[in-house]
Amino acid sequence: MERMGSSATWGLLGATFTASFVEFVEALTIVLAMGATRSWRSALAGAALAVVALAGFTAVAGYALVNWLPRSALQLGIGTLLLIFGLQWLRKSILRAAGLKALHDEEEEFRAQAEAARRAGEQQRFGLDWFAFVVSFKGTFLEGVEVVFIVITFGLNAHDVPLAAGGAAAAGAVVLAAGAIAHRPLARVPENTLKYVVGLLLSSFGTFWAVEGLGVFQAGGESLRWPGDNWSLLVLLAVWVALSQLLIRAVPAIARAGRPAALASEAS
Amino acid sequence: MSLVRIVGRFWWDFLVGDDWKIAAAVAVTLVAGAFVVASASAAGSWLAPALGAALLTVFVAALVVDVRRR
Repeated sequence: MERMGSSATWGLLGATFTASFVEFVEALTIVLAMGATRSWRSALAGAALAVVALAGFTAVAGYALVNWLPRSALQLGIGTLLLIFGLQWLRKSILRAAGLKALHDEEEEFRAQAEAARRAGEQQRFGLDWFAFVVSFKGTFLEGVEVVFIVITFGLNAHDVPLAAGGAAAAGAVVLAAGAIAHRPLARVPENTLKYVVGLLLSSFGTFWAVEGLGVFQAGGESLRWPGDNWSLLVLLAVWVALSQLLIRAVPAIARAGRPAALASEAS
Repeated sequence: MSLVRIVGRFWWDFLVGDDWKIAAAVAVTLVAGAFVVASASAAGSWLAPALGAALLTVFVAALVVDVRRR
């Protein structure tokens, strides 16, 4: 397969690295909280089993996607998932930037997780602290599945899944190394800004792919075409940036206007 | 909690997240888009941008509904 040009290569690496980095930081916070308050052995065992489960999930999903689905159906499925993730991230980023939602804080998240871990009862299974094991497994698997979808989407779109996987692996290595050195949540990472950027990327790719994939419903089942093909991704990104900036400025006024109606509906 | 409920809860959290309105708006728009694509005799160059614009519009609508209830 022909390699992309160097700027596109760096773009793909940068996109998967950034998107995966945020997910790994969140997983690290959960594992650190369980390890520090309950049991390092159980927390690490949960995270390790999640990595094994993720490898299995990726192999099965990858086989199914490559062998069973036409390209347009694949675009529709993955594009829809990306669009829903991306818009959720974008919604939170807009509300945070507009002051309607507290900024995400890994130190605070760590404290909340640690407090929940202290309050949880003792239960031993298979020689492990079951609470620490399950919470670490769930956190790592949940964040990891998002990384898998990001790698598959960005990689397939650029016809270079191994390079996309490399970007995600590099992000995982950096976060793991930083976590091992610091032994505390990576609070200095500009996570809110990164989440906004990732939300924009996922929303743009998701819109592009989900719409192309709707072609599965036309005669012949071929993907729909955007004017300008892949160049329209840049236009979509610009439109999502402009719309989100507009919403950041508009939503405080919308919230103020809606407050009397919300209070009246609560009173009735 | 049964295994089915745990798995169901996991996928609900994963797919729907904090605001079900966004997931619902995307799903309804794509289903409507599927009907449009299936019924159009030939997909013109306007179709993809029009569907993209519809997705942008429903996101704004879902966010405005969410914000007005805060």
